[in-house]
Amino acid sequence: MIRVRNLVKSFGSFTAVNDVSFEVPAGEIFAFLGPNGAGKTTTIKMLTTLLAPTSGSIELDGLDPLRQKNEARKRFGIVFQDPSLDGDLTAAENMEIHGVLYHVPSKLRKQRTEELLKLFELWDRRGDQVKKFSGGMKRRLEIARGFLHTPRILFLDEPTLGLDPQSRNQLWTHVKRVNEAENVTVFLTTHYMDEADRVAHRVGIIDHGKLVTQGTPAEIKQQTESESLEDAFLKLTGSTIRDEGADPAAQMRQFAKMWGGKR
Amino acid sequence: MSAIYILWLRELKRYTRSRAQIVASLGQPLLYLLALGFGLGPVFQRAGNGSYLQFMAPGVIGMSVLFSSIFSGLGLLWDRQFGFLKETLVAPVSRLQIMIGRTLGGATVAVIQGMLVMVICLIAGFRPAHLWAIPLALGFMVLIALLFAALGMAIGSGLQDMQGFQLIMNFLVMPIYFLSGALFPLKNQGVVMKYVTHADPLAYGIDGMRNVLGSPLAAFDTRLDLLVLVLVGCVLLAFGAYRFHKIEI
Repeated sequence: MIRVRNLVKSFGSFTAVNDVSFEVPAGEIFAFLGPNGAGKTTTIKMLTTLLAPTSGSIELDGLDPLRQKNEARKRFGIVFQDPSLDGDLTAAENMEIHGVLYHVPSKLRKQRTEELLKLFELWDRRGDQVKKFSGGMKRRLEIARGFLHTPRILFLDEPTLGLDPQSRNQLWTHVKRVNEAENVTVFLTTHYMDEADRVAHRVGIIDHGKLVTQGTPAEIKQQTESESLEDAFLKLTGSTIRDEGADPAAQMRQFAKMWGGKR
Repeated sequence: MSAIYILWLRELKRYTRSRAQIVASLGQPLLYLLALGFGLGPVFQRAGNGSYLQFMAPGVIGMSVLFSSIFSGLGLLWDRQFGFLKETLVAPVSRLQIMIGRTLGGATVAVIQGMLVMVICLIAGFRPAHLWAIPLALGFMVLIALLFAALGMAIGSGLQDMQGFQLIMNFLVMPIYFLSGALFPLKNQGVVMKYVTHADPLAYGIDGMRNVLGSPLAAFDTRLDLLVLVLVGCVLLAFGAYRFHKIEI
């Protein structure tokens, strides 16, 4: 479903993603793990047509996301690291806009919206403005929205960041359910190794822009002779802390927090 | 088309839902109208120029349209980092459609805002020459709104942080307002002031409204006002679309 070959992305002299190749077959849940600044988000951006690779090739469901942008975009859904809902609109309105932008026919749109909002336990709150939702509810809504246009692939960029264990658990249960019911391929990144261990069929670990290893969680644990995926991860990527420079997005995030998350 | 419509509708819904913001954004024009309109009125009258309120009402309307439309574009900054912009940019819709939807939405909100201020002006004692002058003034509001919504889009596409926002506010938006002749007549100015004010597109918008509403001391011909607004508007729309196309998340 996803095929990446020799993918490279450089920003000036800095190489964020360096010769990465992997494949994710249809229906699989693939976890892409790595420390801060390892190149996870850059890879997701390239996979989702937001960024053009320096070299290498990407195939999504047989399509080249660079040349067949809109066709490729119809095939995937994405949940970003930062929320991308409109807080002034209601849950149902957020779903509606998404459906219209993805050319989902009106009848099907209403039907899918109802199904998904019920599945993600948001149907009763569909008429409420999203800014009144908790972090977990917003995340659930975003994931439900990502599924609205029946994508073949769903990208989740750190979907559980900042959620309590209950919400995290529930979120993964839902994702797994849709993955099985609709045979959607899921490509996710997370910092919680236990989640990856539990949810993902296969795992790829990236560090300094290079893919260090890939395989099932069991294989990786065996390969590194570790008890848990977290130990394996630390063995593979070392224990030095990666400090990311404060980028404008991080500053804005702080600003938003200060102003009480207006959206 | 449906994408443009839904994004336009979104801007409108957001506007009508933030009632506090609507009231707040009427505060500034109201302050200008009351403090300057009544405060400077006697001086203006003594200088032999007639009613200051009659003169400045189009200026205050123009100001609210300017602020509201340019802010809709600058709002991209916010929307870009956490908001909704990413959601629209990965959708299978062309960037041009997204830009058009947002710009039309922002411009529509600005025109509504301008009409509210017009109503306040009428209540405060402003009297247009004819009743049918109001739809003509509305036409000028639409042109001003489109022009500055496009400019806001062009600038907002490149903004990275809140500091940039302050810079734009103090070195672009405020000068556009103060140099537009909203508060003082453009006639009989010195050479420097003449060139600077004549380079300000808002000057033509406000002047156009003065012409059609029959306010005193209009500086240009109505046709010139119209021509400048349409031409500059087209250029800025193209520029805004180009800049929006270049956004990288």
